[in-house]
Amino acid sequence: MTKFLVGIGYNGWILPVLLVLPLVGGLLLVLHRCTQRQDADAAMRSARSIAFWIFVAEAVLSIGLWWSIDTVSADWQAYVDVAWIPQWGARFTVGIDGIALMLILLTTLLMPLAVLGSWTSIRVNPHAFYTLLLVLTTGMLGVFMALDLAFFYVMWEVMLVPMYLIIGIWGGQRRLYASIKFFIYTMVGSLLMLVAIVSLGLQAGQGGPPVFSYDAILALTRAAPVVGSYWLFGAFALAFAVKVPMFPFHTWLPDAHVEAPTAGSVILAAIMLKMGTFGFVRFAVPLFPDVAMDPTVRTIILVLAVIGIVYGALVALVQPDFKKLVAYSSVSHLGFVILGIFAMTVESMQGALMVTISHGISTGALFLLIGMIYERRHTRQIDDFGGIAKVMPIFAVFLTVVSLSAIGVPGTNGFVGEFLVLIGSFPTQPYYTVIAATSVVFAAAYLLWAVQRIIYNPLVKPENAALKGNDLNWREIGLLTPLVIAILWLGVYPKPVLNKTEAAADRLVRSVEAARMGSMQQLPPAGGR
Amino acid sequence: MTYDLLSPTQLSAALLPDLLLMGGAIVLMLVAAWRPESDAHQRTVGLAAIGLLIATMATVVWMSVRGDSALETGVIAVDGFRWMVDLILLLGAIGTIALAIEHNERDGITQAESHVLVLFAVAGMMILAAARDLMVVFLGIEIMSVAVYVLTGLNRRSARSAEASLKYFLLGAFATAFLLYGMALVYGATGQTQFAEIGLVIRRLNLIDNPMLLVGIGLMLVGMAFKVAAAPFHMWAPDVYDGAPTPITAFMAATVKTAAFASFLRIWYEAFYSVFNGWAHAVWWLAVLTMVVGNVVALSQKNIKRMLAYSSIVHTGYLLVTVTAASVLASTAFTFYALAYTLATFGAFAVVASMQPAGETDARISDYQGLWHVRPWMATAMAVFLLALLGFPVFGGVGFFAKWYLIQAAIAAPAGLTILAVILVLTSVISAGYYLQVVRVMFMMPRADEAVEPLPVGALTRAVLAVTVVLILGLGLFPSRLVEITQSNGFRPYAYSPALDMGLPRFEP
Repeated sequence: MTKFLVGIGYNGWILPVLLVLPLVGGLLLVLHRCTQRQDADAAMRSARSIAFWIFVAEAVLSIGLWWSIDTVSADWQAYVDVAWIPQWGARFTVGIDGIALMLILLTTLLMPLAVLGSWTSIRVNPHAFYTLLLVLTTGMLGVFMALDLAFFYVMWEVMLVPMYLIIGIWGGQRRLYASIKFFIYTMVGSLLMLVAIVSLGLQAGQGGPPVFSYDAILALTRAAPVVGSYWLFGAFALAFAVKVPMFPFHTWLPDAHVEAPTAGSVILAAIMLKMGTFGFVRFAVPLFPDVAMDPTVRTIILVLAVIGIVYGALVALVQPDFKKLVAYSSVSHLGFVILGIFAMTVESMQGALMVTISHGISTGALFLLIGMIYERRHTRQIDDFGGIAKVMPIFAVFLTVVSLSAIGVPGTNGFVGEFLVLIGSFPTQPYYTVIAATSVVFAAAYLLWAVQRIIYNPLVKPENAALKGNDLNWREIGLLTPLVIAILWLGVYPKPVLNKTEAAADRLVRSVEAARMGSMQQLPPAGGR
Repeated sequence: MTYDLLSPTQLSAALLPDLLLMGGAIVLMLVAAWRPESDAHQRTVGLAAIGLLIATMATVVWMSVRGDSALETGVIAVDGFRWMVDLILLLGAIGTIALAIEHNERDGITQAESHVLVLFAVAGMMILAAARDLMVVFLGIEIMSVAVYVLTGLNRRSARSAEASLKYFLLGAFATAFLLYGMALVYGATGQTQFAEIGLVIRRLNLIDNPMLLVGIGLMLVGMAFKVAAAPFHMWAPDVYDGAPTPITAFMAATVKTAAFASFLRIWYEAFYSVFNGWAHAVWWLAVLTMVVGNVVALSQKNIKRMLAYSSIVHTGYLLVTVTAASVLASTAFTFYALAYTLATFGAFAVVASMQPAGETDARISDYQGLWHVRPWMATAMAVFLLALLGFPVFGGVGFFAKWYLIQAAIAAPAGLTILAVILVLTSVISAGYYLQVVRVMFMMPRADEAVEPLPVGALTRAVLAVTVVLILGLGLFPSRLVEITQSNGFRPYAYSPALDMGLPRFEP
């Protein structure tokens, strides 16, 4: 395989192709819409199949990355660097390491499933919907690949408009409120990051034209403390904290998740939240290691992470709406990721990445399942259900497996990540780790309780009884099966994934430690009393 | 070639585009008066005016490609900055006339002279862009303003238009008095009217604390702030913008503002840079106040023209950053921003103009409800313009890079305006509230049952929409050529290296 990939020069073109292909697909959809006069049904069918095959092509193309890139090497892989705005030093630079590799694969593999999940539910303007979905994909992949801060910022903002429109046009009852809230929250953080990026670029340019290359800025911040590094870190951290979302910036998330259409919720939870944690791993922490490891800053972030873990779990416990419950559980899970990152050991870092991926899989699957039952019952209130297992046994099986993985039961992917975070964080942050561990119990409580009320309680409501014979169809089974396979495979044998991310995580932890040591040596010796 | 501006022939040669435009405008005025008023005649004269503007544009391009310059400091500038600004102004004028031809047809305005007035206004603006002498500045401002006062009241059947015109005229005259009095005081203090000489005298006689000079600068600042609609001198703008015919509103919001700012920059960079400490604070606070007031008040607007009027006040606030930044980079950021802003403004007003039914009606935002379902392309275009005004990447195209450029100029400014940049981005978050309000009304709400079908859009308006969308999106992906052009056409604050330590709120971690 590797030989074949080298033979076709795969690394030289794959990342730009992955970025451009969805845009081509979007253009195709627009042209199709303009040239074909179709009734609503035919439009839906043609739009979804064009989008689906584009996403499948994207997924197939991206799989080669698993073999083609060398995750041990300290160099960027599949690196492409093209001039873009030379006068401003902005370049089109993409490249990945093991961490970005996993997130890119998560994105490309999940997108076809998200399309399958919204197969029949998007009836209004399907062409526009899938075009936005495709553009969104370019933005998300761009964030994971960008190695130029200007390009990164553009990609970071690009996803905002499609998601805003997806929530606002195809969303639920309170979609107008949810969409603008999502937009404004994200924008506050990211615009401050823009000022920080420009400021860093000018400093890296040293009086000449600015330089935005990641490596150049990394070299700048490592060489000497940059002017205002605490403020710059704050700007980056705010942008990412809103996206993750960390407590107390999380309030956009339940609204956006609940109101978004199924595909939107899946993408939000599975991929877009991960851009926040990825931002910490790629930008905020490595660029400003001495700020990130400053005891005060670190304490603030860890406290917020732990509050998020416990608070998210407690709030999830009392949610009557199943989608909202899952949304709050995301706040809790993502808190683990932040804890893992800022505990700054190799195990905790790898655990954080593992939680990132497994949360993407299991929460994505949960949202898909919610979408399926919602299409049949048009409600998401947990109390409206009961005894669904009797009428929809296949659905019940899937929901149980996926919920167990979201709880983190051993043998599923959820367990591996959380376990690694906890054992990795304990040596450096024992108190926070102990508090965070309690939420594993809460997770079991809220999810199992909800699952019990939905599928096991007595079948009393006639609407639920009427679901008999309306169990999952082959399309739905087909789209859930890969997710369940991933859940079990990663739960039993996570080694391949851990191997891919180990070198990158190790390098990050080492370099941060080195930078911290360096900055401590620069400090004047403590005065003896 | 290099002009010796002391020789009248060479001075005239340096003014070739301006003279061409003015001469053509005079001829066109005769043509306009030659035939009885009619729709067809109005259209013919309008198209001829567009032709004249294109010819002028070609002359400007030719002179700028030739790299003309002036031998020594004179009453006018012959530099790249002037050509850049000229091109933006001419572009705006073409857009105005293209929109006005069809808008006039719809509103029953048959005076062909209206297009000639636009030409005169632009001629005044081009003089402003060139002026390096207070007298020439005043001349330009008056040529421009008088024409625009009349244009505002073009729709004689509309009471609102008349009200707007009168209001603009009275307040404008008042502000001009401030400006003129300021000029008189500056002249009194320095004995000079040429910018470079003023700067030199201030330096030589050490007039940095001279009260007469400072009061003069202050009065001129008030006059300029009125012309560019900076808070708290912005009160006229919403009423005037709302009452004027929509194409003229676009003209005022984009082109008049660009011209006034070009002159503003030149006076403040060349004549008053030596007393930077004297005015930097005032402009800094003016910028902050304008950004905050414009954004907050725009949030509550129900009328789209008023909303865009407040948005143009906001952009005044952003552009004031380039005045305070006072560097070559800031002057190039200004031309870049002015171009992006002109494109987005004309696009947005083209949509407003084509959505407006004939007669005197409120252009309510709620009229746009569900526009996407009946006019998908127009709604998409409008979204692009609004996102460009918001400064959003890719979907807002070049608007993002304009904002990026401003932030860069602010942070790199000798005075260090990082705090101003932060205020700029934070206030622009507020602007998402009202720009997206329109997007949300257009895309996310169903078409109201009683809503009437929007009128068909004329060919010229379509052309304006297409050109602006294509330019905004195209330059939004590949701005490097435009950056290169603007960067090679900046101009330098007349440098006597003044002490820049004037205690502006600075970013000092």
